[in-house]
Amino acid sequence: MIAGLYERLLDGVPRRALLLLGLLLIAMLVAPLLVDPYLLSILILVLYFAYTGQAWNVMMGFCGQLSLGHSLYVGLAAYTSAALYVHFQLPPTIGALAAISISMAFGAGIGFLAFRFGIGGTYFALLTIAFAEFTRVGFDHFAWVNGSGGFFLPVEQYTRNDVLNLRGRPVMFYYLLLALTVAAFVFCRWLLTGRIGYYWQAIREDQEAAQTLGINTFRYKMLAVLISSGMTALSGVFFAFYYNNLFPEQIFNISRSIELILGPIIGGLGSLFGPILGAFVLTLLAEGLYETLHGLGYDIPGIKHVFYGICLAAVIMYLPHGIWPPLRRKLGLETRQ
Amino acid sequence: MSDLLVVDGISKSFRGLRAVSRASLTVPKGGIVGLIGPNGAGKTTCFNMIAGVYKPDEGSVTLDGRRIDGLRPDLICHAGVGRTFQIVKPFKELTALDNVMVGALHTESDTRRAKREAEAVLDRLGMLEKRNQPAGQLTLPERKRLEVARALATKPRILLLDEVMAGLRPTETDQMVAVFRDLNQREGLTILLIEHVMRAVMALSQQVVVLHHGEVIARGDPQAVVRDPAVLECYLGEEAEI
Ligand SMILES: Nc1ncnc2c1ncn2[C@@H]1O[C@H](COP(=O)(O)OP(=O)(O)OP(=O)(O)O)[C@@H](O)[C@H]1O
Ligand SMILES: [Mg+2]
Repeated sequence: MIAGLYERLLDGVPRRALLLLGLLLIAMLVAPLLVDPYLLSILILVLYFAYTGQAWNVMMGFCGQLSLGHSLYVGLAAYTSAALYVHFQLPPTIGALAAISISMAFGAGIGFLAFRFGIGGTYFALLTIAFAEFTRVGFDHFAWVNGSGGFFLPVEQYTRNDVLNLRGRPVMFYYLLLALTVAAFVFCRWLLTGRIGYYWQAIREDQEAAQTLGINTFRYKMLAVLISSGMTALSGVFFAFYYNNLFPEQIFNISRSIELILGPIIGGLGSLFGPILGAFVLTLLAEGLYETLHGLGYDIPGIKHVFYGICLAAVIMYLPHGIWPPLRRKLGLETRQ
Repeated sequence: MSDLLVVDGISKSFRGLRAVSRASLTVPKGGIVGLIGPNGAGKTTCFNMIAGVYKPDEGSVTLDGRRIDGLRPDLICHAGVGRTFQIVKPFKELTALDNVMVGALHTESDTRRAKREAEAVLDRLGMLEKRNQPAGQLTLPERKRLEVARALATKPRILLLDEVMAGLRPTETDQMVAVFRDLNQREGLTILLIEHVMRAVMALSQQVVVLHHGEVIARGDPQAVVRDPAVLECYLGEEAEI
């Protein structure tokens, strides 16, 4: 069993790739010992986008279903876990289960509507935006979580890390996110190397041909949405307990949905390392640019978003498959068959 | 010999255009039947009704005694029908091997075993050395063979081939014919093929059905059918092909 799993995950992976991954992991493990709090907060952001991008990639990169409303799952999960914690003192590690369930339930609703009635492509993307928007408006008037006034978690100066309740210093969040990112990477590799991964890619490439080969496209697209929304829910739990304040206007905002899909698109849609690479490149460059300008005395509002736009346009024009595929070739990390 | 596929009086109209009109045909278990007819005769539309892309406006399709008309394409695949597309539909970003693996995974959920099966199918169609090429980079004749390989990998009881020899050189056609004859004789695979290349139709079919303007105008022994005046008439102007 374990040996088979091991074999399946590593089949065709070049030694060098494992070595480089190992080195990267070690670097990430020791990084908090070496960086200042500001850099740590940037690395947390990188991991947040790497993990969330991976979750989104399951739907779009693997199965070809474009969601432009993933802020919905982040927001629902953030509010669910936060409200359970504040109102019922339920630890977020348990509240996460409720958060995942609610996100998946909404995912199932969207998927069912779209796939049952043959809504695909652009219209599917619009539907995902619509759901996020409706939910935002709903939460604006949801008194239990203080509506548009915002929902706040109690904060104090933490001397120790309480992992069960996700109360602690940034470094705790860093390691939790790192663990999540690694787990998501392995989980996605497992998915991609199994029947489900092949079926998803077949659906992404040509739905009619996929169906002719016996694939129940409805079921597999539903699975993609469920897994993606469930994974994204954990980003929401993190978000709530890391930032400690939630506003419907912000968390469900479409710009949040767009922000989290840039990493995988720039890194390489459908690839496993693309979302991670994209998160590093985008976040580090954007922060670097911001800091440089700031140091020079320029404070330009929205400069990050302009920068994201430029990156996106450049990648779409010159590297339509993202940065990772050509980089992988350069590094000699092509999979063996 | 009992019939594996029975198509009984199926029709299909597209916005008033009657593409197929009360067409009937049967394919015996272990047999090879050719479906021919001029361009626009309704051959592909017949396939689409058998394979579940369209529900027939009337009539029925029966596979081994079980009604399959109106079922979803994936369920028809489960029932044992494999088909190729005249306008090929490769999974472009996937390698040739992965394309065929998608088919093989239909009956074999273990990816390593599915991979071996897919390799065997590719080998059979002379495509093994192309296995690591993305399907989007293959030539049209190669893509046609990939269509066949992918459908075969699902282990169908009946294979529907839609002009898979188009664009092949005569020697390549003969190779394909040999592959299908071998599959038919050694594994008992039943085949219904649409083909314009008469060389292949004559070499393979035990029976030929001729469709014209959506209607069956002749059927029977291949040698007799191609001499049928009604058939010659409908092919007038395309005579060179026969
Ligand atoms: N989806 C569709 N919508 C509208 N008309 C269609 C559709 N599919 C086929 N037709 C029409 O139905 C008729 C039969 O088409 P079909 O593709 O079945 O012919 P065919 O015998 O396969 O021809 P060919 O030898 O050129 O492949 C044609 O007039 C075609 O234009
Ligand atoms: Mg046709």
